[in-house]
Amino acid sequence: MHNFDFEKPSTVADAVAALASEDAQALAGGQTLIPTLKQRLAAPSKLVSLTGIADLQGISHSDGVLTIGAATTHVEVAAGGYGSLSVLAGNIGDPAVRNRGTIGGSLANNDPSADYPAAVLATGATINTNARSIKADDFFDGIFTTALEEGEIITSVAFPIPEASCYEKFEQPASRFALVGVCVAKMAGGVRVAVTGASEEGVHRWREAETALNANFSADAIADLSVSADGLISDLHGTPKYRANLVKVLTARAVANC
Amino acid sequence: MSSISMTVNGKTVSGEVEGRTLLSQFLREDLLLTGTHIGCDTSQCGACSVHVDGKLVKGCTMLAVEADGAAVTTIEGMANEDGSLSIIQAAFQEHHGLQCGFCTPGMVMATDSLLKSNSDPSEAEIRKHLSGNICRCTGYHNIIKSIQAAASQLG
Ligand SMILES: Cc1cc2nc3c(=O)[nH]c(=O)nc-3n(C[C@H](O)[C@H](O)[C@H](O)COP(=O)(O)OP(=O)(O)OC[C@H]3O[C@@H](n4cnc5c(N)ncnc54)[C@H](O)[C@@H]3O)c2cc1C
Ligand code: FES
Ligand code: FES
Repeated sequence: MHNFDFEKPSTVADAVAALASEDAQALAGGQTLIPTLKQRLAAPSKLVSLTGIADLQGISHSDGVLTIGAATTHVEVAAGGYGSLSVLAGNIGDPAVRNRGTIGGSLANNDPSADYPAAVLATGATINTNARSIKADDFFDGIFTTALEEGEIITSVAFPIPEASCYEKFEQPASRFALVGVCVAKMAGGVRVAVTGASEEGVHRWREAETALNANFSADAIADLSVSADGLISDLHGTPKYRANLVKVLTARAVANC
Repeated sequence: MSSISMTVNGKTVSGEVEGRTLLSQFLREDLLLTGTHIGCDTSQCGACSVHVDGKLVKGCTMLAVEADGAAVTTIEGMANEDGSLSIIQAAFQEHHGLQCGFCTPGMVMATDSLLKSNSDPSEAEIRKHLSGNICRCTGYHNIIKSIQAAASQLG
């Protein structure tokens, strides 16, 4: 790891100012960034810790919206009793990762196999930053890429609370990331289905399944659909065809368990 | 360089570290507390597990500066005051929960964090809690037995 300066501001404004210097980077739980620095895949001159900022912490609930501060850890979301979102958070990585890793870090990183992006996209959540609010449909921009500008900080994520939702994850047993994960959410405006782990383009919606489920919300409704293997991830854990099959199997399971 | 201070196993310590110094490195190289092992250095194996403000973390995946002001507990802080083995440590010895012992400091720290939040875990809960701690020797069965024995003794 190359050396860097370290700052730990206590306000969002100070963090934004600190991130304005060249090659500065935000540090949240470090559960992705520290391994990345060790591999020298990034070499920031300065790390700006977001964990000392009170405004980025905590979870609040009002008017059918659950708002989670960006620096809230996975273990805090897991312990909150927020239905399938808590189950999702409680199955990220392992206890030590959940004690440090944060929702903001996971979303900013947009790993193609990460769990949170599926829940954010399926519920049509809003990602709030120091500068603006971004709809989930506009936030994820291909693997490891998001709509965030240089130096922009996620401050919170606002989830409209679904009528029903379920996240089904087929775990890659060595990393515990999703080999494929599907989140189905029944929202006021209709059913949304988001898939992680499968596509080379990262998290995405399965619109055909959404149409079928809007007409008939049952696992049978998607029985005749097929998922194309084109553009799906191929690695030693699974072929594109295997992943395509998993998308369908996990969607059916998620609907049945909703 | 940054000046940091924290309590480690109840004692106040301080030091000068670079931004990139890992907590595991500070414990081992500056404080000479070499019970915290480095297995993978890539956040996978859990041999470096310690508690920071009561929470289980991987010491190789946290910067020493991030622990400034914190209360850290390592395997050296787990024995009883008179130096005898704690209930968890003795259970690992009694039930052959270790062979080479390399993973054991992390296993003991993970077990302690589990039993503090769940005094009577099921086998499935134990296995899930240990998902970030890898053992190359035991096949885990005796680790599970050790933890079950410790849980029943701690009541
Ligand atoms: C062993 C292991 C297993 C894991 N398993 C899983 C798993 O099963 N599922 C899963 O989804 N993830 C998994 N992860 C990843 C984990 O969830 C990370 O915590 C998460 O991806 C990153 O969050 P962080 O807070 O640690 O971010 P960091 O590592 O601190 O930062 C990650 C990136 O986000 C940026 N960033 C952080 N916070 C913000 C913010 N508020 N605004 C803007 N940018 C920000 C940083 O600059 C950096 O580029 C695993 C990690 C490990 C080490
Ligand atoms: S040495 Fe830290 S997880 Fe392996
Ligand atoms: S006893 Fe050898 S690694 Fe666990």
